[in-house]
Amino acid sequence: MSEDPTSGGAAPRFVRQFALTQGRARSHGEDLALDTLVKITPVGERALPREMAERAAILRYVSSPMSIAEISARVGVHLGIARVIVSDLAAAGLVAVSEAVTGDGRPDLPTLERLLNDLQAY
Amino acid sequence: MTSRPTDLLDKPAPLTTRPLKIVIAGGFASGKTTFVEAISEIQPLTTEAPMTSLGLGIDQTGEVRTKTTTTVAMDFGRITFEQTMLYLFGTPGQDRFWFMWDELVRGAVGAVVIADTRRLADSFAPLDFFEQRGVPYVVVLNRFDGSLHHEIPEVRDALGIVDTIPVLAVDVRERLDTKKVLISLVRHAIEQRKRGA
Repeated sequence: MSEDPTSGGAAPRFVRQFALTQGRARSHGEDLALDTLVKITPVGERALPREMAERAAILRYVSSPMSIAEISARVGVHLGIARVIVSDLAAAGLVAVSEAVTGDGRPDLPTLERLLNDLQAY
Repeated sequence: MTSRPTDLLDKPAPLTTRPLKIVIAGGFASGKTTFVEAISEIQPLTTEAPMTSLGLGIDQTGEVRTKTTTTVAMDFGRITFEQTMLYLFGTPGQDRFWFMWDELVRGAVGAVVIADTRRLADSFAPLDFFEQRGVPYVVVLNRFDGSLHHEIPEVRDALGIVDTIPVLAVDVRERLDTKKVLISLVRHAIEQRKRGA
């Protein structure tokens, strides 16, 4: 992989992606998990016409809930970049995010039992 | 780029839809993405993370330190339910990406380990990883060719898998087979939770 002759072409894209986040590789607040769900808020819907580039692209994707990983894949930005932009959007109230898991806390029993029912019906 | 809160209600309430995730692990070409594709409601997607942006981009050789283009790629799919969205994440194949696994398993329902019966040794590391972290897991023998090179008891024996952990022989290309695996995993996670493990 490190000898990939095409890898040189990725550098400008990489630099540009960090320019999008004003050089930050990490969010201000807690790092958002890759499965954190994101959804646009009414404030975000009103702000959308004024937003540009990746921020606008993300806002358009999250009219229904979508995970950070999926946003990263669909918008075409690295996972870390998606985290930073979503964190900014959430801080500005343009998107709502699902609550973070605390520690390595696994889903509780009612959640697991509902998932079992959901899967059986799927 | 900068935004100011306009009032106290600016911070939106958390979403009521909750994410759930299941990790699909296995060695290179073991059928992880095939498994995801068989059950996912969307075509599997790939997310990439440059190693250096994670601040952990140093492998055994130290060579990666100066390279910003090395990426970890993860394939995933999803199933949307009424109150939850279940994401299925395939683990990055290479051993040097273990650090990504910690984030993958945090808060996960559990894991599916796809064992290649021709390369059983590849399964030791993932099994140890989930075992040590108390992550509920089931083991899948992928019967791509309709037959198994080893019987389930032999595989259990070879991998040291106790009787309480489900081992299933399935065709990971088949939706109903993968569904059976996920149901088995969730049942196992429920049992583990009830035991207080």
